[in-house]
Amino acid sequence: MTGNTQSALGERQRLMKICANATATELQAAVQPFEAAVCAVDIRPPQTGLVMMQARTGGSGNAFNIGEATVTRAAVRLEGGITGHACMLGRSRERARLAAILDALGQDAANVPLLERVLVEPVTGRLEREAAVRRTETAATKVDFFTLVRGEDS
Amino acid sequence: MYVAVKGGEQAIDNAHRLLASERRGDLAIPELTISQISSQLALGVARVMCEGSLYDPELAALAIKQARGDMIEAIFLLRAYRTTQPRLGDSVPIDTSAMDVRRRVSAVFKDLPGGQILGPTFDYTHRLLDPALMGEGSPGEPARSGDGARIETPRVLELLDRDGLVETSPRDRDVGAADDLTRTPLEFPASREQRLQALARGDEGFLLGLAYSTQRGYGRTHPFAGEIRIGEVEVFFTPPELGFEVPLGTITVTECEMVNQFHGSGDEAPRFTRGYGCVFGQSERKAMSMALVDRSLRAAELGEASGAPAQDEEFVLSHCDNVQATGFVEHLKLPHYVDFQSELVLLRQLRAEWEAERAALKTPAGVSLREAAE
Repeated sequence: MTGNTQSALGERQRLMKICANATATELQAAVQPFEAAVCAVDIRPPQTGLVMMQARTGGSGNAFNIGEATVTRAAVRLEGGITGHACMLGRSRERARLAAILDALGQDAANVPLLERVLVEPVTGRLEREAAVRRTETAATKVDFFTLVRGEDS
Repeated sequence: MYVAVKGGEQAIDNAHRLLASERRGDLAIPELTISQISSQLALGVARVMCEGSLYDPELAALAIKQARGDMIEAIFLLRAYRTTQPRLGDSVPIDTSAMDVRRRVSAVFKDLPGGQILGPTFDYTHRLLDPALMGEGSPGEPARSGDGARIETPRVLELLDRDGLVETSPRDRDVGAADDLTRTPLEFPASREQRLQALARGDEGFLLGLAYSTQRGYGRTHPFAGEIRIGEVEVFFTPPELGFEVPLGTITVTECEMVNQFHGSGDEAPRFTRGYGCVFGQSERKAMSMALVDRSLRAAELGEASGAPAQDEEFVLSHCDNVQATGFVEHLKLPHYVDFQSELVLLRQLRAEWEAERAALKTPAGVSLREAAE
């Protein structure tokens, strides 16, 4: 794989990650400014299924199955022929279809600046704020245990 | 054995209508919402996801509502739901080292990189009922500290591993459909990967009891809680149509690594052994029990004397699934009329023979017969 396609893939995954963590409202707002989104055609209508979640023994050993998770996937084609895919946790068909449209839009370099403004910035901003709150709350519970010496004073 | 019966449709229908009405209860009391259950009864939701073997907080909350709070019934509902859904594939194994931790403690090292982080725990509470919760109110803001940067928490067992003091977890085989209990029926001896899947979906109470039994001496493993961490991990999946890893979002998991007594041989210096637990949601008791039982089930592999219940793979794995267990126990209440009739016929026959024998013993002729027989 050349460096170029590698980074294009990385960019696609970055948008997919943002979409997977975005609410339906955020995805709707992101799709809104794009006229091309209106004429998106379903290649694969949103479908819910299960993905088996795996973990590794001891965190790094052989994989084993913990249990499944609901996952919804969708695929669309835009007028120009670009196809977009989405696959995300949960059962929201609406979110999956919107994310597929955004994946298609993101593959056209001309759309990238606008996508940054309507999708990437608002969603990552919210996620970072929420994560910061969660992490500061968590950090406040960090403790120092003192080991008490048992027996007589030396 | 029970046999199919016909009839009773109207009564069954009415019973289910009554159930629905009882579930709802007093109409003057507001109905529970799914989001109330998933946010305020989150640990119950975690248990249902874990043992229902399906990560979906909304569906688990729905199951709890529908089951009127009966956890095993809710787990059953979730298991039934999953059988109706297509399998899209297997995830990339989650990386718990990269967890965004909400809680992380170690009972073996006081000072460790990243620190001891209590998180939202019941530990150190006084277990006194809080009358304030009788009413409604705000608990107040949680305390905050730090700049909100990700808390880096290197794995505790890796610190031991650096000096070779603990066994490493082998990474020498790929799991496939043959290891998936939902695809291939379990056969014994099972692989450790199959055992871990069975334990991950096993009943918390059953595993807790078994784990406790090992501590009390029925297959002692001398455990220490090396590390317990709870938090969010990212999940990746490679859809066949795309051929690259797609980030699906995050799930909450609890992981427990137990450090257990040494093992060594002529070729290997003694090292700590380990047991592993990893489950959906905040389910610390379950993850700890899983790790203890995982380690106990390795008795034969590590050349330890076995014979305790928690070391018996067939016993543990065949009985830890509460949906299977409840199915077989509860089927006893279904009509067994024909079966029971045959028992009754047999019993009546035995009693008739017994009465006849007794009657014969009471007659003088019978006595002489008996004496003759002796």
